[in-house]
Amino acid sequence: MSAMDWLQLALHLLVLLLSVKPLGHYMAGVFDGSGAVTRWFGPAERALYRLCRIDAATSMDWRQYAVAMLLFNTLGALAVYALQRLQAHLPWNPQQMSAVSPDSSFNTAVSFVTNTDWQGYGGESTMSYLTQMLALAVQNFLSAATGIAVLIALIRGFVLRQAQQIGNFWVDLARATLYVLLPLSVLLALALVGQGVVQSFKPYASAALVDPITLEEPVTDAAGNALEDAQGKALSKPVRIDSQTIALGPAASQIAIKQLGTNGGGFFNANSAHPFENPTPLSNFLECLAILLIPAALCDTFGRMVGDTRQGWAVLAAMLVLFAPLLGLTAWAEGRGNPGYPAAVAQAPSPLQSGGNMEGKETRFGAADSALWAAATTAASNGSVNAMHDSFTPLGGLIPMWLMQLGEVIFGGVGSGLYGMLVFAIVAVFIAGLMVGRTPEYLGKKLESFEMKMASLVILVPPFCALVGTAIAVSAAAGRAGTANPGAHGFSEILYALSSAANNNGSAFAGLSANTPFYNTLLGIIMWLSRFWVMIPVLAIAGSLAAKKRVPAGAGTLPTHTPLFVLLLAATVVIVGALAFFPALALGPIVEELQFRTR
Amino acid sequence: MSKILTQSVLMLLMLSLLAGIAYPFVVTALAHLCCGRAAEGSLIRQGGRVVGSALLGQPFDDPKYFWGRPSATTPQPYNGLASGGSNLGPANPAQFDAVKSRVAALQQADSGNALPVPVDLVTASASGLDPQISPAAAQYQLQRVARARGMDPERVRELLAAHTDPRQWGIFGEPRVNVLALNLALDDTH
Repeated sequence: MSAMDWLQLALHLLVLLLSVKPLGHYMAGVFDGSGAVTRWFGPAERALYRLCRIDAATSMDWRQYAVAMLLFNTLGALAVYALQRLQAHLPWNPQQMSAVSPDSSFNTAVSFVTNTDWQGYGGESTMSYLTQMLALAVQNFLSAATGIAVLIALIRGFVLRQAQQIGNFWVDLARATLYVLLPLSVLLALALVGQGVVQSFKPYASAALVDPITLEEPVTDAAGNALEDAQGKALSKPVRIDSQTIALGPAASQIAIKQLGTNGGGFFNANSAHPFENPTPLSNFLECLAILLIPAALCDTFGRMVGDTRQGWAVLAAMLVLFAPLLGLTAWAEGRGNPGYPAAVAQAPSPLQSGGNMEGKETRFGAADSALWAAATTAASNGSVNAMHDSFTPLGGLIPMWLMQLGEVIFGGVGSGLYGMLVFAIVAVFIAGLMVGRTPEYLGKKLESFEMKMASLVILVPPFCALVGTAIAVSAAAGRAGTANPGAHGFSEILYALSSAANNNGSAFAGLSANTPFYNTLLGIIMWLSRFWVMIPVLAIAGSLAAKKRVPAGAGTLPTHTPLFVLLLAATVVIVGALAFFPALALGPIVEELQFRTR
Repeated sequence: MSKILTQSVLMLLMLSLLAGIAYPFVVTALAHLCCGRAAEGSLIRQGGRVVGSALLGQPFDDPKYFWGRPSATTPQPYNGLASGGSNLGPANPAQFDAVKSRVAALQQADSGNALPVPVDLVTASASGLDPQISPAAAQYQLQRVARARGMDPERVRELLAAHTDPRQWGIFGEPRVNVLALNLALDDTH
């Protein structure tokens, strides 16, 4: 890591922080209806409600809100499933992709509806253009909008007094889609095309190779079994490869929302490492910025909506206090290179090369931009990758894994990250209240036993799913069969996959062969549970808080905008995450790091 | 309940049409207005024939060409239908063997070369389609390419310099050399 590399990381954080206030202000105006944009496009918005027979003026109680949210998402999952199964008979399928298998379709449907975007399949060899657009990209929008809607409902819980209703799900969903996600996506998509991201409906192109190569390919009989010669050696025949298929598609439009909506599901198998998905360092900067943009700005939106912007900045500060050192550690680990390589290999950074651990990394990104992306994509529940996490150094892979295990609240998913962090804030205030023996309150609302029970669910369901799921996978032969690397690293692959699914991240130690009925089913169930068993208790908290009176702050009230509270909140997140996962991490990346550095 | 179901179906339908059909087509139309060549894959044509994309790497194993990053795609390297990395763990013995054999292959093709081997030249890229190598990796191969072509190394060095991209806007990413573009330029001049 050169000084220039550290400067890039600092620049990224700086631009992110500069965007928080304007975008946060804009979104607050969108959701409380005071923003100019809701006036300009009001007629279109109202036409949408009329077409869908929605009365935008009615407000829902938390149960109705949860039912609408669940029903809408269930229907979305069914649509994604059906489109994959039927794609062979539908238009915009120039490569004549056949139907996706039932278990993979189930997994992908759940994955995209839950904002996880875990991918067991390779996009360029599996999905038709129509499936990519109408099934996957649509859920990129709608799952992100659902997360924002639930967050806005929770914020209203703090703002409203003695109210039974927490807002209208359809209005929150529509506004998040129409005014936030769509316009930002159009801008980002066009910027990406300008850098070389493809946006095409043509069939795949073919190029004549400049230097055709010859490969030895195994000889098989009619049944596909490898043949051997008289000495028992596998027979092979030379095969000349003289062309390259160039996969195309409407990629830019999908990549923009996959980054902005913390979705992460790539158009191509290699995700944002693919040169057509992320062609230049500038496209990389924009895509990486887009990962954290909305989750960071929503902190400001929250502060504005509760009438005290310091509250939002305190939450954002707690996120940054955790993110910045973990980012630095990842970058340092990846910049160090691999001690197991021959001495003839030059791994040190120089003006002529990035150096570092370059296995599974792209030249244009080097160690620094790859580490930055890895930290950002796992801190936010994005899950896209521009480098292969499976080939990271043990320490460099541990941090992304732990960032997911912390509950996806350091920035976290669009909406979901902040509602998760606000629940951690409720727990932090509660712990502080226990210390001094007072009933805790947060933002003027008393926190009582119902809120704490629901908060416990929100905080415990994901680690429970991750750890029990890992236990199931390592106990089952079908689970162990998927690992691609021997020893502790194989265990890390499984732990990473389950942590990713249980926190709706979607990134992978991709050596794991997860496109099997076992993993498709297990991960599908876990993604569903950990998305909605978190959302429903959050809505319950929103409903319970909205019904309460506002208590004026007294001498015993813990101020929640101070550095003290920032540290208390960060410590709560770290302690829960460390207690839950340290034993599992010790069996995977920690033991591997010790073996690795003492070779 | 039936009211919510109707609303759900209609909202899913309307928002799907908006985000799943209207949005990608609007972006496609605007993209082709501003940058049609990029939207269609930045294809390089020679005499009407497509010889590659400016953004995708190709396999090279002839000593007269600069070689790109090792590619872990299957069944053949630089397979445009199966992008991806090796996913070998950092301490996997198979990874160490792969690096050793790549170092050996490079040294065998250029026996007098005592320079250290740049790490990006012996490690597989993330996409398997990485179009670029570091300037260090290009310089490592310069003498071999010049010798195989019977070219003046200074002339090759000039071409290399012309095809070396600095950090974008002076700060973003890493300096790099597009292998396909450089090799096509070599074929053009020699």
